[in-house]
Amino acid sequence: MRRVPWAPLVVVAALLVPAVGSRFYTFLANDVIIWALFATSLNLLVGYTGLVSFGHAAYFGIGAYTTGILMKKLGVPFLLAFPAAGVLAGAFALLFGLFCVRLTRIYFAMLTLAFAQIVWAICFKWNEVTGGEQGMPEVPYPDLAWMGALPLVRDLRTSDHFYLVTVVLVALCLWILHRVVRSPFGRMLTTIRENAERAEFIGVHVRRYELAAFVLAGAFAGLAGGLFGIFNRGVFPDFAYWTKSSEVLIMTLLGGMGTFYGPSVGALALILLNQQIVSYTEYWPFVLGTILVVLLFGFPGGLGGALELLGRRLWRPRRA
Amino acid sequence: MLEVRDLTKSFDGFVAVSRVSFDVPKHSVSAIIGPNGAGKTTLFNLITGHLRCDTGRVVLNGRDVTGVPPHDLCRMGVGRSFQRTNIFAKLTVYENVQAAFVSHRGRGWNAFTPVRDLYRDETLRLLESLRLADRAGEVAGFLSHGAQKQLELGLALALEPDILLLDEPTAGMSASETRETIQLIDRLARERGLTLLFTEHDMEVVFSIAQKITVLHQGRVIADGSPAAVRADGGHVGAPHDDW
Repeated sequence: MRRVPWAPLVVVAALLVPAVGSRFYTFLANDVIIWALFATSLNLLVGYTGLVSFGHAAYFGIGAYTTGILMKKLGVPFLLAFPAAGVLAGAFALLFGLFCVRLTRIYFAMLTLAFAQIVWAICFKWNEVTGGEQGMPEVPYPDLAWMGALPLVRDLRTSDHFYLVTVVLVALCLWILHRVVRSPFGRMLTTIRENAERAEFIGVHVRRYELAAFVLAGAFAGLAGGLFGIFNRGVFPDFAYWTKSSEVLIMTLLGGMGTFYGPSVGALALILLNQQIVSYTEYWPFVLGTILVVLLFGFPGGLGGALELLGRRLWRPRRA
Repeated sequence: MLEVRDLTKSFDGFVAVSRVSFDVPKHSVSAIIGPNGAGKTTLFNLITGHLRCDTGRVVLNGRDVTGVPPHDLCRMGVGRSFQRTNIFAKLTVYENVQAAFVSHRGRGWNAFTPVRDLYRDETLRLLESLRLADRAGEVAGFLSHGAQKQLELGLALALEPDILLLDEPTAGMSASETRETIQLIDRLARERGLTLLFTEHDMEVVFSIAQKITVLHQGRVIADGSPAAVRADGGHVGAPHDDW
């Protein structure tokens, strides 16, 4: 059996969305893709290292404000403002992580939440820099005039151009994260998840590895935040609020933390569900909650785990 | 090789280990015995840096290693297995042992090349000597209890230790599994020139392979010496019973 090159196929399909879909679908796809990166970064902690963070939105928010402030107020080009989001979010993850990895389990989770709420409070109150409660609307699109010179994409809207940039950047980030989890470093993280005490006794400096995972996860969440601020045409304090942290955690669980792409599937599922249910009923949180409970009980491995099972069932007869 | 001097540890006023001293000579097979609650596991945890001792010293090859954390201690040639089987249950047998090689040889910070075939030959060779090679692809948590204990031994051996500390290596095993495991440990120790220190409840096992026995009772050493001496001494201090 030949392996299907899923990743390149998905990237190509994503790149085709503006050409074949409506403006609305491109918008939806852009939302999904950015959240997929955010959720995958969280899964590096939850799924691979076994650290449940309730405050991952902090780094998403920091990234969003970094790119937003740099581009809107200081006129820094996207090429610098985007990586800056990752660097600054990673730096804050290093600072907060130093304290968080000293604790375990629920205490770790509560401390991540506490730091996230501090970040949120600062974004909410620091009017001069973050725009406070009003947030910071009208973050400009990056200068993508060069795309007007390219064949095929010449006639697309600026938002579509930005969408294409997002697809490429997120694909690149996911490729890096995929390399990380398949690397010796990634294997060390899974030994910590499985049994931190034993990991310590094969020579793994558990706290140091946990901190490294925390910083990496924070940095990629920051990159996702940087993209989201531009996509959203503005940065607001609720980016760092605890509801955002829980949303991304739900995506990760829903999609399944046992697989690399599970959180991306979760992002797709949650955003589509949200979209669909909202158009039918005003009681959508109730319906969404019910669906989540059923999915979590029905597919303990998440949607990703279910897909994997389905794939195995489908392929088996051919092999026999 | 290993010297333990006056180790004391108490938990909330309860003295678990009290002024324990003994030596483990190089290339020897030494055992610590004693009834449940005698402080054997606590003593192990003190030696390997899992717990911090109140007083006393642990000296390894002339170096004071008191309170050195486990991840550093196992770079100094100390391997350890645990009483309750302690493996990476959701990883495969191969991945378990490979992780130990990767960590011990300092490749754990490499975050960008695939891990899959790293130390493949070493891992398979070690699994071969543990008779686990044909089960390399199985998920470790699904192995039988005895096989899991052997795998744990593999995790310790991948660190290429000079001294191996085994906490109840045959706990929960059937009589035949116990015999097999003891033979395996004995063979590996000879082949690799290891120094062994183990705790054990099965007296038959202890007296069959140990060259030196330390008897622990209520946190204190009550006898220390060759099996014959300990057996002779046993009359005064309460002989090692089979039900320990």
